[in-house]
Amino acid sequence: MSAIWLAVIGTVVFILGYRYYSKFVAEKIYRLDPNYVTPAHEFRDDVDFVPTNKIVLWGHHFTSVAGAAPIVGPAIAVYWGWLPALLWVVLGTVFAAGVHDFGTLVLSVRNKGQSVGTLAHKLIGKRAKILFLFIILILVLMVNAVFAWVISNLFVKFPASVIPVFIQIPLAVWIGYAVYKRQKKMLIPSLIALAVMYLAAIVTSRVPALQIDLVSYFGGEEAVTLFGLNGVSMAFFVWIIILMVYCYIASTLPVWKLLQPRDFINSHQLVVGLGIMYLGLLFLNPDVTAPAINPAATDKSWFPLLFITIACGAISGFHGLVSSGTSSKQLNKETDARFVGYLGAVGEGFLALISIIAVVTLFANAGDFSAAYSSFSAANGGGLGNFINGGANLASGIGIPADIAMTIISVIVVSFAATTLDSSVRLMRYIITELADEYNFKPLTKPHAATSFAVIASAALVLLPKGPNGFGSGGYLLWPLFGTANQLLAAISLMLISIWLKRLGRNYLVTFVPMVFLLVMTVWAMIQQVVFEWSGLGATDMNLLLFVFGAIILVFALWITLTAMLELSKRSNLNK
Amino acid sequence: MNEKFSFKKLIQLYEEIISVNHRTEIARELRDEDDLFLFLCLSETLGLPNPAYYYTLELYPYMLEKFHEWHLRMGMDKSPLTGFRCC
Repeated sequence: MSAIWLAVIGTVVFILGYRYYSKFVAEKIYRLDPNYVTPAHEFRDDVDFVPTNKIVLWGHHFTSVAGAAPIVGPAIAVYWGWLPALLWVVLGTVFAAGVHDFGTLVLSVRNKGQSVGTLAHKLIGKRAKILFLFIILILVLMVNAVFAWVISNLFVKFPASVIPVFIQIPLAVWIGYAVYKRQKKMLIPSLIALAVMYLAAIVTSRVPALQIDLVSYFGGEEAVTLFGLNGVSMAFFVWIIILMVYCYIASTLPVWKLLQPRDFINSHQLVVGLGIMYLGLLFLNPDVTAPAINPAATDKSWFPLLFITIACGAISGFHGLVSSGTSSKQLNKETDARFVGYLGAVGEGFLALISIIAVVTLFANAGDFSAAYSSFSAANGGGLGNFINGGANLASGIGIPADIAMTIISVIVVSFAATTLDSSVRLMRYIITELADEYNFKPLTKPHAATSFAVIASAALVLLPKGPNGFGSGGYLLWPLFGTANQLLAAISLMLISIWLKRLGRNYLVTFVPMVFLLVMTVWAMIQQVVFEWSGLGATDMNLLLFVFGAIILVFALWITLTAMLELSKRSNLNK
Repeated sequence: MNEKFSFKKLIQLYEEIISVNHRTEIARELRDEDDLFLFLCLSETLGLPNPAYYYTLELYPYMLEKFHEWHLRMGMDKSPLTGFRCC
């Protein structure tokens, strides 16, 4: 079967979802009012509250939520075959992510542009806000650890991508200077930067001396280096330390100096990456070689693990933070919420869709696929590498040589992951400061102290799990925890929307059903992993680190389920 | 919707899309710098010696417009200065 069909099916369902389902939700459930005075107008201060064109705001929402996560999750989840992954991405986007992103935006707009955390306080109580902050803290900690591992892994596997990625830093500083000190337009400098990066990618792909391969510098995979680490472990260790130092600097510098200009370049990379792969798909017209359902995937059941392996791309709680944190304060008209929120989620669905397509068309036959996806841990460790090879395969459809395409796609993925990483370290710093304020713990209220704490905790978390390649290479073990924390956050946001809708006397099933679904999947998956895999009670040895984090998330999930039940039943009594 | 399409407008829209992500944070950083500058200008009135007061005095009429929002941001519900007519 041609892979174009997967893209067509996905696109048609997304269009129908936007055209009919989101219209129904907008008119009958959220009841958007074009005359409602949005917080952007009511509290306009030209800093936080600024009325913004809906296309611009959609761009903001999409580029804020589209990162490496919607690529990594689907690339792992095709382990169970392309059909379950495709169905979850497409239906999850239409029935869960769309109403979630859209709903958090409307809920926040109807509550003075307040964030989901503040709304949890308002709708449920103070404890809910603290719980919410802790879940976000765990989520960003996971994001830091997972993405530091993702980038290090790509640097080890694709050494040609190192120089083009690091060139981005001085280029970004130059753009920041040109735009803010010299008042230049940003389009031309960021296009020049992009051209320089891709030129560097071409050169490094063809000149082995410019490929920064730390493993070979340390004497190969088996070599014994400092502290008795082998070559791969040492390479991971060095990359993770470099990344953490970079994060510290990037998240404490003023935004215009590095973060924003890097985002200028990355927004273009998002367009270029999606363009290359979808166009390549059209011209190449590859066949789907992976099985629809993988009969060999027996070591881990797809149910319920699929629903936490693909978080971003189907539904993700992080989107609610963007919707209620910034987008809601800039919404010009309430009716724009459908376009911004729902279509923002659909944009990410497209990214997840191309990730599935890239992986399922990569292999020559089903046997090769089975060899690459021989076990769930093989899928976890190699999923992203397969996406890059698959993306390069698609890019060859528009005539880009495979080795160069591979470097360019890995540069794009690393750039996305790096943006997620430094934004998330910055976010973690804010949360640590807020929690330290809440508990009156003065030392951690200082930016540098909070950032140091964030960076050290993240580095420890990514270095501790032991993977097949030794020290530092087990970061992928954290992926299910990241997915669970993310889904849990989405479930809380959906719960808040449901409570709000119920108090208004409206039908809240559109948010309640995905909420129950997510809570059941999260609790189920966590019980399965915490009790039977990480506790040592099952066939495998105890993994203390994963057990502790998993147990914390499980307790939070159960707590939220109870809170939701109490809150919703209390209100129904009142209504009677 | 009926506005005439122009390439320049399209570029403007694109620039706005890629810059909007950090607009708020940059505006806040700039406002923080302005707040510090305003504090330095008002230091004489707040009891801190200001060697440049002769010059900053001339700025007072311009600062008056921003003064109300500034003292609110600084956590003071009412104007801390008796010489300034505010809320």
